[in-house]
Amino acid sequence: MISAIIRTAMVSLRRDRGALALAFVVPVVFFSIFAVIFGGQRDTTPKVAVILVDEDHSRASQRLIEGFQREGSLNVKTRPDAARGVEQPEYTAASAETAVKSGIAPVALIVPRGFGDNPISFGAGADRSRVQMLEDQSDMVAPQVVAGLLQKVAMTSMPDLMAEQGYQYFDRFAGLTPEQRERIDRSMTTLRALEQDGTIARAADGGLISVARRSVVGEKKNNPMVSFYAAAIGVMFLLFTSTGAAGSLLDEAESGTLDRVLSSRVTMTRLLIGKLTYNTLLGFSQLTLMFVWGWAVFKLDFWSHIPGFVVMGVITSIAVGAFGILLASVSSTRAQLGALSTLLVLVMSAIGGSMFPRYLMPEKMQKAGLATINAWAIDGFTKVFWRDEPVSHLWPQVLVLAGVAVVLFAIARRLARRWEYA
Amino acid sequence: MLLPLHVEALVKRFGRTRAVDGVTLEVRNGECLGLLGPNGAGKSTLIRSIAGRVIPDSGRIAIFGAPAGSGAARDSLGWIPQELALYPRLTCRENLASFGRYNGLGGEDLDRNVAQCLKWATLSDRAGDLVKNLSGGMKRRLNMAAGLIHRPKLVLMDEPTVGVDPQSRNHIFEMIEQLRREGVSIIYTTHYMEEAERLCDRIAIIDHGKIIADGTNTELVRSAFGSRSEVIAHFTGAPELIATWVAGHGGQAVDGEAQFSIDHPSAIGALLDAAAQAGLDVADVALRKPNLESVFLQLTGRELRD
Repeated sequence: MISAIIRTAMVSLRRDRGALALAFVVPVVFFSIFAVIFGGQRDTTPKVAVILVDEDHSRASQRLIEGFQREGSLNVKTRPDAARGVEQPEYTAASAETAVKSGIAPVALIVPRGFGDNPISFGAGADRSRVQMLEDQSDMVAPQVVAGLLQKVAMTSMPDLMAEQGYQYFDRFAGLTPEQRERIDRSMTTLRALEQDGTIARAADGGLISVARRSVVGEKKNNPMVSFYAAAIGVMFLLFTSTGAAGSLLDEAESGTLDRVLSSRVTMTRLLIGKLTYNTLLGFSQLTLMFVWGWAVFKLDFWSHIPGFVVMGVITSIAVGAFGILLASVSSTRAQLGALSTLLVLVMSAIGGSMFPRYLMPEKMQKAGLATINAWAIDGFTKVFWRDEPVSHLWPQVLVLAGVAVVLFAIARRLARRWEYA
Repeated sequence: MLLPLHVEALVKRFGRTRAVDGVTLEVRNGECLGLLGPNGAGKSTLIRSIAGRVIPDSGRIAIFGAPAGSGAARDSLGWIPQELALYPRLTCRENLASFGRYNGLGGEDLDRNVAQCLKWATLSDRAGDLVKNLSGGMKRRLNMAAGLIHRPKLVLMDEPTVGVDPQSRNHIFEMIEQLRREGVSIIYTTHYMEEAERLCDRIAIIDHGKIIADGTNTELVRSAFGSRSEVIAHFTGAPELIATWVAGHGGQAVDGEAQFSIDHPSAIGALLDAAAQAGLDVADVALRKPNLESVFLQLTGRELRD
């Protein structure tokens, strides 16, 4: 009798493609996404972008920058990407700060004038030449990585300068005899020669570079990640809600209500526009609730960003609404819609940055994320709430999401012809 | 005066199947036309074509002169599908108001029509109840009311009494008779012959996509059987012997009973004498005047269609 129950259940499962996908496809897909992001694919570990500005142009500053460029984990930018094939001038302190604010890189290092005179310092003396580090706090990893690497690069890329600086300190405060000075100078010459022909090991220890860190984005924010997660989680649940709401089309088709509606003055195009408008209103209400909750409980600065929120909220809701209607148009039954939407929404949310920030992902996956609504929506909300950018700067996100909405809706309208006439 | 419905040489194919195969039909003002046919005969395709939900391959459908599916045709036509095409989480009033708005009603017209439909369906006291909480009969009545919310002059009713108890069915008959008194023209499809006999002025029988008979109930019976009557008899004895004897005397053995068609009731005596001479014992015998069901089975056969 028990075997009969098991057999019945297995046969039912075998014929329910949605349940099969949820049971066996979704877990594997999800596992693979997480494995790629956090696991063994070391060759695709994301590189940290860092902007370097050399105001000193000394031997020491050049050696420091060369040292950074040798670091495999960094993507060093000394000048903006070429525009229409024309090479751009090198970053200055001001343009580097603007670039960090606009999200081109999460960190910028500015090597100031006079750095080469005194590259390392012990204690807080007046002769300290402090490297400026400009940070974007929305990336919690990159500034820490760059700060650590700065010390490491200093040690490994200019040991002779370190030694020279050390002996100058010693000479100033303890004093050296002329004979000692001559012997040290000879040693320094040898050391420089070894460094120049690459014989010297690039692993040394000791020494310090003084760094002045400054947040140029988010320095006044109460809670740096709240706005990110309000948008990230909000969009993910918007996708679920939208597909659920659009599923009413399938209910109506199954019950015969759709036939009755379409025999009235309502055409299929009007019906779908009505559903899209409803989905948009529902989605916008949901996002509003998320952000107001963020303001009330987590001190998110909501009220001073209303215009940007409305623009991103509306366009995101329209795109997500069209996505839901497309899925409903593709599916034959509610069960099929449930399985398909769960699979797609979870995958989109994972690679689109709704579950963890995209800067943690390998570069290829970051690019793949741009194929999702989540990524564009989150980028737009980040511009509004994190970077305090004006509404006019949202045009790329608005354009892409509007384009996505139009294309998805057009495909849904085409597929909905199966309900329209026989 | 324009006819409520005129269908001419209508053809609709699905792949290689001709679901509707050259149907010509009309419904006159205030008339109730019964559309009968076995499962798969083409009734639903014909009804959906009239409702503008199926695009025919050829032929013409005019609803008060307007092509099916046009705005004018939609305004004149009410469709009561066999399914309970309602929103289960809306109340009776909200359902009617929604379908009223879909049909272009608003304001006082909408309120008045909703109230009239609720009263017609005897649901005024349940107006605020959710549809999902109604009984089967109530849902059926509301389903009918939703098709009439815009006061159409021609109504398609697709098996409106499926799955209801005799009381609800009788109530639905009274609702339909009220519509007829108001001059509404109706096309009524059903599998219950007694419903067609009671409600319909005229009956069309469709099979294999063609109209195979069309007329009043009396006309159809006379056309199929003339003045003949049916004799139904049950015999005891070997089934093979009974079947052979019945076939030899022009009858049919169906489900253990023998059926004969006779010109005059007096012929029954000769039939029973012949059975006795053949050694068959008669368990019981009945004389039946042919009715619509007899006509239907005579024309469409007794084989299962689904």
